[in-house]
Amino acid sequence: MIALDGIRKAYGTRSVLAGVSLGLVPGRVTGLVGPNGSGKTTLIKLILGLARLDAGRILLDGAAIDDDGRYRRRIGYAPQAPRFPENLSVGEVFAMLRALRPDDASDESLLQDFGLRAEWDTAVGALSGGWRQKVSLACAFLFTPDVLILDEPTAGLDPIAAGVFKQAVRHARDAGRTVLITSHILSELEELADDVAFLSEGQLRFAGPVATLLERTGMRRLEPAIAALLGGLRVTQGAGAAESPSIAHPRRA
Amino acid sequence: MGGTEMRRCLGPQWRGGGATVLSLVLFVGASLGAQAETGRILRVGARTAYPTLSAAVAAATPGATIRVAAGTYRGATTEIRTPRLTIIGEGWPLFDGEGQRELIVVRADDVTIRGLSFINTGVSHMEDRAAVRVIESSRCRIEANRFRDALFAIYLQKSFACQVRGNDIVGASRDETSNGNGVHLWYSPHTSVIDNHVRGQRDGIYFEFSRGSVARGNVSEGNRRYGLHFMFSDSCRYERNTFRANGAGVAVMYSKQVTMLGNGFLDAQGSAAYGLLLKEITDGTLAGNQFAGNSTGLYLEGASRLAITDNDFTDNGWAVRLMADAEDSRFSGNVFRANGFDVATNSRTLRSSFEGNWWDEYRGYDLDRDGSGDVPHQPVRLFALVVERHPEALILLRSPVSRVLDAAERVFPVLTPSLADPRPLMRAPR
Amino acid sequence: MSALSLVLRAGLRDLARNRWLLAYAVALGLITESLFFFGGTGDQVVLSLLNATLLLVPLVALVFGLMHVYASREFIELLLAQPLPRRAVFSGLYLGLALPLAAAFLAGLGVPLAIHATRGGAPWVALGFLALAGVALTAAFAGIAMAIALRTDDRLRGMAIALGAWFGLAVGYDAAVLAMVSAFGDWPLERPLLVLMLGNPVDVARVLVLTALDASALLGYTGALFRKVFGSALGPTIAVAALMLWTVVPFVIARRRFLRRDF
Repeated sequence: MIALDGIRKAYGTRSVLAGVSLGLVPGRVTGLVGPNGSGKTTLIKLILGLARLDAGRILLDGAAIDDDGRYRRRIGYAPQAPRFPENLSVGEVFAMLRALRPDDASDESLLQDFGLRAEWDTAVGALSGGWRQKVSLACAFLFTPDVLILDEPTAGLDPIAAGVFKQAVRHARDAGRTVLITSHILSELEELADDVAFLSEGQLRFAGPVATLLERTGMRRLEPAIAALLGGLRVTQGAGAAESPSIAHPRRA
Repeated sequence: MGGTEMRRCLGPQWRGGGATVLSLVLFVGASLGAQAETGRILRVGARTAYPTLSAAVAAATPGATIRVAAGTYRGATTEIRTPRLTIIGEGWPLFDGEGQRELIVVRADDVTIRGLSFINTGVSHMEDRAAVRVIESSRCRIEANRFRDALFAIYLQKSFACQVRGNDIVGASRDETSNGNGVHLWYSPHTSVIDNHVRGQRDGIYFEFSRGSVARGNVSEGNRRYGLHFMFSDSCRYERNTFRANGAGVAVMYSKQVTMLGNGFLDAQGSAAYGLLLKEITDGTLAGNQFAGNSTGLYLEGASRLAITDNDFTDNGWAVRLMADAEDSRFSGNVFRANGFDVATNSRTLRSSFEGNWWDEYRGYDLDRDGSGDVPHQPVRLFALVVERHPEALILLRSPVSRVLDAAERVFPVLTPSLADPRPLMRAPR
Repeated sequence: MSALSLVLRAGLRDLARNRWLLAYAVALGLITESLFFFGGTGDQVVLSLLNATLLLVPLVALVFGLMHVYASREFIELLLAQPLPRRAVFSGLYLGLALPLAAAFLAGLGVPLAIHATRGGAPWVALGFLALAGVALTAAFAGIAMAIALRTDDRLRGMAIALGAWFGLAVGYDAAVLAMVSAFGDWPLERPLLVLMLGNPVDVARVLVLTALDASALLGYTGALFRKVFGSALGPTIAVAALMLWTVVPFVIARRRFLRRDF
């Protein structure tokens, strides 16, 4: 269980997260959505300790995370734009990770399912974006972590690989692990997410089961539900109704 | 000229004794009898008739040979007044001055001293105490002796045409005020100083008022002041000597027609140290010498009409420093390599010329393939002028900024003196 | 194996196959070789190499280091998301940058020198000082590059700062010193100048090589302090100590930045 308790973060004078509280429940997949710049990646980095909290707490099974970093053993992370030292081979990347965590048992099933062995000796710099994404996801799943944090995981994946990935996520959920996914592709989240958390301008506008969101907005799909939520926001802000089908570029509407 | 000089220098001896005619008769007589007397040998040693050199000298007649056995000899200074004596050491007999006195004083012509060793004259601030002093004598030969810890080792005064050859001289390396010179010539023209090795003295070799002399093949190093110091000595030659790491280098002053060939002026380091300092020197020749590792390789002050050719200047702080009053000297065929500054001067107009030298900093080309560059080389760098005005700026030597200054000067040559080598060599001569 | 050495090993493996680094080593090697080819003797070669070292090594370390850190941003995040202490990650990254750069420098210089050294008469002390100076400059400017890259995420801005730092330390600093000497020429400047030289790693490196190569010139200056400093082992000792300090200071500054900043 991960609990965010009133977390705040500003870069300079720009507030990115203005008091966010959120619980991530084991055995459930949480989809984190919101417009660009809404603070999704910052929230992830705060959980990982890549960035420091200005205020609030982040609790992992009741204990606040600290600078020690050992808690990160329990988290698997796939960043938004994975890049590795480009002259290392795929095999060397995995070998290094294993060597860095010699005490942790590793699970190669995703690595196998992605067919990464075929590219084992290829330099990472020579891989396409899709293959780099596969490497990154396989890294995140490698040590069977209790918590999986996946930032735009399906970007660049071909449909077959995306299928493999989704299967792995469901498998992890069924094993009682906590999964947090951000994605622009709401149809995909719809397939995977049990809960949804909607961030906008540094504040959580909705957090709860997908079913609740659909019920509340009266929509049948996640996408129009989010749009309705966003539109409602804009109405309340008096900026006029928005009917944007995508939340990725809300201001373009 | 030589005769006049000889009479001037030997005058006191000829007047000595009062009866010039009698002396002449004796001299001629001795010469006639020389044939018979050469065979006469006196032996000095513990178990011989002559326990001291003084005793043997007193007994010797002109032309005698005195053989000195190994052993240590102390006691009064030996005075030699008998001409044509030959004194030869066997197994390095040691003459010990016990810090008190000179060891041998020669006041006779044609005396030879060979194979002796001398130590410990002691320091005197009242007199220039010497291990071997030659006074007003001609044609002496001081050969293959050893000197240790002598204030002055060999001192020639008002003597003529002597030879000082193959001696090994090691001074006590005391500071200048309580140290003397290795080979000291004063009013002693036509002397040959050859193949000696001097170190640890004040000046290694010192010439004053000794025209027409020659120094050849000597090594003078680690002396407190000058390796070679000479003044008022015209028409002298210096060949194939090595002067290394002397406190102030070599100074040659107030002389005409000096010839210096194939010498090495090395490692004179310090703000007042010069590989070779030339002051008030006219009509001299410097050829084939090596200047290396000196703070200043060649320093010219009031020197004029010198031919400076085929020398090698390597690794000096300043290869050549020309003072404004240096006139009409010609530099050609010299090699300038890896010096901090090749040419420095305190003046913006120079009356010396450079032609056909090799400069490692020359960046020109030779399109007509005649062996010399088509673009003149200006050896005085702008940074060198800056350092002349602000010596502290030396700490920026070889910095990119100093290169920028020099490059700017190359493009707009307005600041440095008009001095240029119109035909810089493309290849270093061997 | 410790996290530091593992991160370092990954960095070394990566940069060992880096083409730019190879090009750097080859370029240095060609410069050195050509100096011999055009008939240079030992001292001349060292002097020319000194020029190349003073300008090229800081520039390459800065530009290459900056690009390397920017290109490693995501990898750094990946490492920091692992259960590793930040200190170890930083040290591994720094050494993984500085060591390959230093190795390329030494290889570029060393291979031609090793071939030609058999001719004898090489100025070994000066060459040793030059190698030491080059390695220290590499370490110092790799640290400066990391500090710059960790301060600004804007690559263009970072590059501008790096080039400014390079020009300032390689040329600007000495130009200012020279201007000061001209302006205050009547004052006793010996001691302030020596202190100022310690304030710039490029100057320290240069003066260190000068003590071996141009001692005769430095001793030609009339000041007693120069004589004391450059006439004994004192000068090289101070210079080496200052260079060591200069390798440590940028490292410490960059590390502080690394430990504190958000990624």
